[in-house]
Amino acid sequence: MSSIDMNGAQTLFEKVWNQHLVVPETDETPAVLYIDLHLIHEVTTPQAFSVLRERGLPVRRPDLTLATMDHSTPTTPVHKLADIEVVGEGAANQIRRMQANCEEFGIELLGFDSDARGIVHVIGPELGATQPGKTIVCGDSHTSTHGAFGALAFGIGTTEVGHVLATQCLLQRRPKTLAIEVTGQLGAGVSAKDIILAIIGEIGVDGGTGHVIEYRGDAIRALDMEARMTICNMSIEAGARAGMIAPDDTTFEYLWGRPRVPQGEDWDRALARWRALATDGDAAFDRQVRIDASRLAPMVTFGTNPGMVVAVSETIPEGPGPAFAKALDYMGLESGRPIAGTPVDVVFVGSCTNSRLSDLEQVAGILRGRRVADNVRMLVVPGSQQVKRQAEEKGLDEVFRAAGAEWRESGCSMCLGMNGDTVPRGKLSVSTSNRNFEGRQGAGARTVLASPLTAAASAVQGRIADPRPLLEGD
Amino acid sequence: MEPVTRIESATVVIDQSDIDTDQIIPARFLTTTSKEGLGEALFADWRYSADGGENRDFVLNDPENADRTILVAGNNFGCGSSREHAAWALADYGIRAVISTEIADIFRSNALKNGLLPVDVPAELHRWLLDHPGANVVLDLETNTLTLPDGREHRFRIEAFARYCLMQGTDQLGFLLSQEDAITRFETTRPWKP
Repeated sequence: MSSIDMNGAQTLFEKVWNQHLVVPETDETPAVLYIDLHLIHEVTTPQAFSVLRERGLPVRRPDLTLATMDHSTPTTPVHKLADIEVVGEGAANQIRRMQANCEEFGIELLGFDSDARGIVHVIGPELGATQPGKTIVCGDSHTSTHGAFGALAFGIGTTEVGHVLATQCLLQRRPKTLAIEVTGQLGAGVSAKDIILAIIGEIGVDGGTGHVIEYRGDAIRALDMEARMTICNMSIEAGARAGMIAPDDTTFEYLWGRPRVPQGEDWDRALARWRALATDGDAAFDRQVRIDASRLAPMVTFGTNPGMVVAVSETIPEGPGPAFAKALDYMGLESGRPIAGTPVDVVFVGSCTNSRLSDLEQVAGILRGRRVADNVRMLVVPGSQQVKRQAEEKGLDEVFRAAGAEWRESGCSMCLGMNGDTVPRGKLSVSTSNRNFEGRQGAGARTVLASPLTAAASAVQGRIADPRPLLEGD
Repeated sequence: MEPVTRIESATVVIDQSDIDTDQIIPARFLTTTSKEGLGEALFADWRYSADGGENRDFVLNDPENADRTILVAGNNFGCGSSREHAAWALADYGIRAVISTEIADIFRSNALKNGLLPVDVPAELHRWLLDHPGANVVLDLETNTLTLPDGREHRFRIEAFARYCLMQGTDQLGFLLSQEDAITRFETTRPWKP
């Protein structure tokens, strides 16, 4: 447990935690923590609604609950979303149940008839529902994304989804704090995805277990909100349930004018409150790690967890133990060989990690005037219907189509392959998503995690490729 | 839920670190709206080959392990996705405890809510357990003690309230619902409203 500084100095996490304590923790019982925003989706909620129904309980705060459908939804292009055909009876049933549950319990659902539908971690910020200082949970481990705004946001299981639906609260022990200070200027062609992959490589896939991470330092401050979301998104891949970034002018400018942020005088009051959230100068963390961003290159994974990562210019390392050998065998890769040049079958641009407008713009920047290699299937899946519209207004869809990539409806898609978008067995995918676990993108599929720039460069070359030689102006 | 006070079994060992919840149950099995029957899909991509037949090399397919209820796995068990389906699948299959050097936060929380006991052990004891599959182990929640066949004991740590709920066979929702007055007071007196 973190110690409270004798001078009352607090970290960002401690401020948000303390402001949401309904009942403090004791030796016998965890804290009762109030939740300001509960995001729900179709895959991790049906069993929670069943519990409410069995016990005759209402949803305590439907007004603080926001639903969408993203995981098992198809992304095939259609002229009318209502005509979408769902892959498989299981997925169709789940979608019908979500609609029925939201109707029965009075929850707002951004479903197929809504132009605000999208990946839950893309639409929360987009709508301005995600705000600094809030506690935000969802039955999804990438809820950590929302920490980019200075919210305390973390993934929960379905039983806990039921707890929040019924009481708007969770029972939680206070986690420890881990400061990750990222300093220095990023080189051209190196992006937020490379920073977070490098961090996971440095501290390991269990490096953040039991901790909430705060990302700090001038390299973090220099990032726009979409890049900050990419960083916080993958906190869970380092074992941390939550990752946070102190809100600043970049945060406030992003939020200004969005539909669900406070308006008028309420905005001014909120702003004053948000400005006070940053970690106090003399507050202490349980652990600290430093990363020099100026030394980073584009990063790619070579194994079957996100900590097995190298710079794209490096060779695949030697590793200890049978698990390392098993991972390389699964990937069809060999120690000592350069990772660049490995043939690619599929390129996936999408997921709650990298499916926002700036990600798509970076991909289009590489694809413009070029073609996806003949042997490669490339999918571009926007994070939300709003991202899709914005990309189309900028003509990005034309760039993708002209290059030979598929342009889809929004959703989680090939990140976890439960909607029919999968990578075939034994095929290698360069993916902007967050997990390269065995079978993550389909049974037997091989996944290499990379930034949008690296994914686009690899699509063009048909091999894992360093994006830097393809950048405009080079 | 059945109260959990004492678990005794020979162990099943999967000596691999960082077993993620996608391995415990792949995403294509998550289109269910029920908690039942997920044991069939437990470790599906390791248990079954591409043609659907059983993979004879996988430890759970060894008939000797059929009735064993304590799983010993490598460091950082249950990392990745928050899917509670992983805990449901293990429990439905018949696993009642998981022992590792470290268990991922969300999986641990999910396990404790489904009568599945997560037990952390130090590296040396972990190594011994990994090297002795089938060892008879006793986990006693009265004393928070893990006992090895030779009588050696290890006191493990478990969050006090989760332990109470496991031993009573009760879920945690009742306690939260009993906080109604405090929750209402918090909602009405907090300085800002979400």
